[in-house]
Amino acid sequence: MANIHPAGVFDTTYEEDMSVDRTTRDKLWKNLAFAALLLLPLVSVSGPLGLGWVSDQYIGLIARISIFVIAVQGLNILVGYTGQISLGHAAFMAIGAYGSAILARELGFSFWTALPVSALLTGLVGLLFGLPSLRVKGFYLAMATLAAQFIIPWVLRYPLEDLTGGTRPLSVPAPMIGPFASYADDAIGADEPLAFQAGDPYFVDVISVDLTAVAGSYPIIELINPAGDAVPYGDFYMSIAEDSDGNITGLSYIASKAGEYQVLVRAQNGGEFTAVLRRSKALSFATDIAMYYIILPLAVLLMFLARNIIRTRTGRAFISVRDNDLAAELLGINVFGYKLRAFFLSAVYAGVAGCLLAYERNSLSLDAFQLDTSIEMLAMLIIGGAGFPLGAMFGVTFIRLLQEAMIPTLRPWLSDWLPQLLPFVDAVNITSAINPILFGGALIVFLVLEPRGIAHRWEVFKVAWKLRPYSY
Amino acid sequence: MPVKLHVNRISLNFGGIKALNEVEFRVKAGEIFAVIGPNGAGKTSLINSINGFYTPQAGTIIFEGDDITHMPPYKRAALGISRTFQNIALYTNATVLDNLMAARHIHMKTGMLSGALFWGAAQREEIAHRRRVEEIIDFLELEHIRKSIVGTLSYGLRKRVELGRALALEPTLLLLDEPMAGMNVEEKEDMARFILDIHELQGSTIMLIEHDIGLVMDISHRIAVIDFGVKIGEGAPDEISRDEAVISAYLGDEEH
Repeated sequence: MANIHPAGVFDTTYEEDMSVDRTTRDKLWKNLAFAALLLLPLVSVSGPLGLGWVSDQYIGLIARISIFVIAVQGLNILVGYTGQISLGHAAFMAIGAYGSAILARELGFSFWTALPVSALLTGLVGLLFGLPSLRVKGFYLAMATLAAQFIIPWVLRYPLEDLTGGTRPLSVPAPMIGPFASYADDAIGADEPLAFQAGDPYFVDVISVDLTAVAGSYPIIELINPAGDAVPYGDFYMSIAEDSDGNITGLSYIASKAGEYQVLVRAQNGGEFTAVLRRSKALSFATDIAMYYIILPLAVLLMFLARNIIRTRTGRAFISVRDNDLAAELLGINVFGYKLRAFFLSAVYAGVAGCLLAYERNSLSLDAFQLDTSIEMLAMLIIGGAGFPLGAMFGVTFIRLLQEAMIPTLRPWLSDWLPQLLPFVDAVNITSAINPILFGGALIVFLVLEPRGIAHRWEVFKVAWKLRPYSY
Repeated sequence: MPVKLHVNRISLNFGGIKALNEVEFRVKAGEIFAVIGPNGAGKTSLINSINGFYTPQAGTIIFEGDDITHMPPYKRAALGISRTFQNIALYTNATVLDNLMAARHIHMKTGMLSGALFWGAAQREEIAHRRRVEEIIDFLELEHIRKSIVGTLSYGLRKRVELGRALALEPTLLLLDEPMAGMNVEEKEDMARFILDIHELQGSTIMLIEHDIGLVMDISHRIAVIDFGVKIGEGAPDEISRDEAVISAYLGDEEH
């Protein structure tokens, strides 16, 4: 049904028959949609063109939708295509998020290496929690993956508290390319503050102080940011350079806020030193718009890769395991091996999503990765259409837009009206209950009216559109 | 003719029930070998043991001279043992094409990474195997339902798709578990023709289980008869139809 072509289009090669977008019109629509999404931040309020056609909140919204599309697509591979179940998906996201944050904070990994490393790490943990799938199916497997949902956040919260900060939020540095070669070197004298202009939200200044010759004890370096506050040592971008004798020769700091900075080097106990303030530029992704340009292309890429996996050998093995694991095993598919592959792939997607979430928010908290998030992601998948290539995209977009549109509208109205009708209802409780009610309502409506999800409706619609104006 | 499959005195128990009791026979390369017997005689248990779904408690299964008794099922498939099921076990939510392509699994190499990139090696392999699958589709006359979801097809067609899937694996030993169950006369004749064609064209060894005695007598070279897990007769069709034990157990006692 889904393979209907417009009149006059015939497949003459297997390449054509296999292609996802058969006609140029299909390709055009897809590319136009992607181009429109890419151009959107440019016309937003804080965009570089200063047009202000789109509110900034939508840029952040699309970025967060894209992150969850990646995570839910991972779930789709496992649940929708391989027929396994996972209630621990949010915990896998937590590994991606905390893994990349710790790699960046403790080991000085850049975002670009922390992303693949933390994704692989998550994949391996996913593999571990996929092992019970050898023995158990369905509800029992759900219980086994539920263990992941409780064990992983517990491990992050207590045994690894030194690294993760436990219940306290953990700050995450912004992704950066560079720094490139320095463009200004200024000599600094003792006790004379040096003022300089720096800061552009995208093309940031990396300020480093080079101590080339030090006699006696080390001088104290103080950085004053545009707000007039001294930057505490913890906020330095600690690229500590050491010379061959093990002496510290410098520190650096990223200035992303525009304004006048000051650096002050004070000698201690009359020591002698020569210091140079070196400024270089780096491309920073600290702003929402810059993160958008990392997240959106990555989401599109991962959707594309998932779709290709699904339509080739591995994907057919996944589908075989889902539809009839017994027949699959007897026809040459290593069922357990492919279940594990699905767990791995699904966890890698969760890991990427978790890592992006960490860098998008700049701050991490375990509250974002609890059981309710896992269940919400499953619900999004069911609403969007499990086992459809675009199911994840439809589900996440639908639910997020519903929340975005409905909660602000419903909140004042319900808070006024419901306590009047039912005097025992507390207005505060209503506000916090709107989200689960929306979620539950949407899930019930879809399970009853369209259990195959929005993606199935979309395919029906596409066929109807191509057949118009006739219905056959 | 060399021996393709040697079922060497296998016994299979489920708790106290003896499903198979020291069953022994040899299937020669290139023959159509039928196993018949009343319901519950242990025919499907026998196929499941050859296939690796059950492991017999005693005895060995020797395929092309190698002991495969403890080999996992998916590796046996890679040796060229393919099968159909009594109660159709297709991948119901996938298309006919995908069902057949899935059975090409053991012949394909594309892994997750090259599959994810698709263009290049993965696409070339897809096309090469698609050609083979299209030959089977052509042979079994499935062209019109190539892209239909299997779950929407009629019973007779599904049986044929399942045969196609078994063939897509390019088996050297094809196990058919009641390929004609629940079919009308015309469909049965079609299926019998397909089985003979497969044997003729590909020279594969076929072992089938079937209830329709007349049909089995017509198409198979040799027949084994099983009753209550015990082999009670083996031989060419005309020998079997004259065998006293077989007649009383299965074809019916003449005195009654």
